Amino acid sequence: MTAAVTAPSGRRRLAAALHRRGRLRLGLLLAGPVGWLVVAYIGSLLILFLNSAWSRDAFTGLVIRELTLGNFTDIATNPLYRTVVIRTVVMAAAVTVTCALLAFPIAYYMARVASRRTKGLLVVAILMPLWASYLVKAYAWRLILSEEGVLNWLLGPLGLKGPGFGEIGLWLVFTYLWLPYMILPLYAGLERIPTSLLEASADLGAKGSLTFRRVILPLVTPALVAGSIFTFSLTLGDYIAPSLITTTQFIGNLILSNFGVPDLPLAAALSLVPLVIMIVYLLVARRLGAFEAL
Amino acid sequence: MDKRKMAAMVAAMAIVIGACSTGGGATAAPSVPTALGATEGEVSVLAWPGYVENGSTDPAYNWVKPFEDATGCKTTVQVFGTSDEAFSLFTTNPDKFDVISASGDASLRLVRAGYVQPMNVDLVKSYADIFPALKDKPYNTVDGVHYGIPHGRGSNLLMWRSDTVNPAPTKWAEMFDPSSAFAGKVSVYDAPIYIADAAVVLMATQPDLGIKNPYALDDKQFQAAVDLLKKQKPMISQYWVDYTKQMAAFETGDATVGTTWEVIANLLKAEDPPVPVEIIKPAEGATGWSDTWMINSKTKHINCAYKLVEHLTSAETNIQIAEYFGEAPGNSKACALASTPDFCDSYHADDDAFWKDVWYWQTPEAKCVDGRTDVTCKDFAAWVKAWTEIKG
Repeated sequence: MTAAVTAPSGRRRLAAALHRRGRLRLGLLLAGPVGWLVVAYIGSLLILFLNSAWSRDAFTGLVIRELTLGNFTDIATNPLYRTVVIRTVVMAAAVTVTCALLAFPIAYYMARVASRRTKGLLVVAILMPLWASYLVKAYAWRLILSEEGVLNWLLGPLGLKGPGFGEIGLWLVFTYLWLPYMILPLYAGLERIPTSLLEASADLGAKGSLTFRRVILPLVTPALVAGSIFTFSLTLGDYIAPSLITTTQFIGNLILSNFGVPDLPLAAALSLVPLVIMIVYLLVARRLGAFEAL
Repeated sequence: MDKRKMAAMVAAMAIVIGACSTGGGATAAPSVPTALGATEGEVSVLAWPGYVENGSTDPAYNWVKPFEDATGCKTTVQVFGTSDEAFSLFTTNPDKFDVISASGDASLRLVRAGYVQPMNVDLVKSYADIFPALKDKPYNTVDGVHYGIPHGRGSNLLMWRSDTVNPAPTKWAEMFDPSSAFAGKVSVYDAPIYIADAAVVLMATQPDLGIKNPYALDDKQFQAAVDLLKKQKPMISQYWVDYTKQMAAFETGDATVGTTWEVIANLLKAEDPPVPVEIIKPAEGATGWSDTWMINSKTKHINCAYKLVEHLTSAETNIQIAEYFGEAPGNSKACALASTPDFCDSYHADDDAFWKDVWYWQTPEAKCVDGRTDVTCKDFAAWVKAWTEIKG
């Protein structure tokens, strides 16, 4: 008894063809995400590069689509841009250091000392501000630092005055905004340290500070660097908090004001500056082992 | 693997360059219509805050609804903070806005780049009633061709908190004097055009510089203005673009003296409880603005656009806008309809002598706008660069 041989359906043929061609299967699977990466992400970066090499007619505001390095010479020679970039980088570094100093005790407590319940509650407490909109937090700080705000009211009886609007106030705001981003990687890094290592260090006669310096710090450095990537890059590009809290300009404000002119080529060229700074930072971070845990 | 990466990169670049090389920029202006046709059902307008109120700020102030009911043109309104923001919004969205209220420092730029079209003023009934002092001005008429309908004019004013600032300031120069009692609490307009305000001060304090028009500054005069502004920088607590931000700063006391528009002072006094502020136009004169309603050269709603401009410059609506915003109306018949009888007098709507020392915002050009031919003046690009440097 022979069964009738029917020709295979289209679907069957397709399945068979794909089964044979493993590379084609893989290609089709990755086409979506890779397409997104190349077209939307890398493509938009390429457009940014292209725009930064164009220039703009001063009076009509129309973009002149001819390649020129004028924007880059402008950025390199004008002392204003140097001042603003240095100011932004210094603020980013200051915020990173402050966040690290504040986050470490909290993360250590959460990772090594707190009971399971307290740990859970603390994680919720730290993540809660992230649910509030950025603008709400920035405006709230504007009210706090204001002349008749809560900070001056608290410090008044002590005879002190809050920093008010200005760079110090901005430093406070940034530290507040990015603290959760520093606490969480540190918490994850500290949790990973085996307790046996700390006990062994104590057995060998090391006091707390020596254990900290020689055992904990080297092991938590990758987590520290990972957290610092967040705080550094977020501060580097931010323009909303500076526009609300100070009158000085940071890189983001310069880019935004060039959109207002509108001088899009110069804005694009300025956008490349924090990009380059972050690439350098990430290369250094890789060297320090921040990505080893990935 | 490397060859594939290279191929992908090259393909992506080709797509990008191909997409970008399609022509951009202005097309030729369409011919002026000779008659209006059927309305299109919708129109969008880019306006100064307070000009086109549709009830969203305050339900009591709505002059868009009568227009929508009469013509069936559903109106969407977007507001902006500075002329540069308006220019940027209008030019980066060439099809979005049909009508724009352009001050003198944006109107010429729009005309030169072809973003707005010539208007047939005979199709706008209210044009005949516009004050002659506003017609045929360099910022709304180019080579005899009208590019818009004048709306009204106003002056930038000096505002201060009457309860905390004693004695009251009387001159702009006090806002540039670092030894003033209110140093550190000054709020000024955040736009390159503010350099003209410093030039107005110099016209009074350093007459030997020879500044005749604050928008026509040669190298020496410009440098003096920039130096004055850099001297002012430590006194500034706020550079405002959004009028609500200046209101908030005066309310909390973070700013006690500043350059302002009358609408801001009116709104502060109308707060509950009212914020005690006073305003003056100092003796040195002031910068100001004279606005023009212009129509997008690429508009698809030309009939609604013309009807909207006619509505906004008609006597009934023009006086409502003028009273709400706090400026002199452009329509001469509007004064008779004012809710307070001396409104037009207090805003000097028909008082040409008052406007003699008010310098309407105007785009600075290399060819000096005061007529000098022996020097070149700083153009707008130089003003923009200098402004970013002043802010530091």
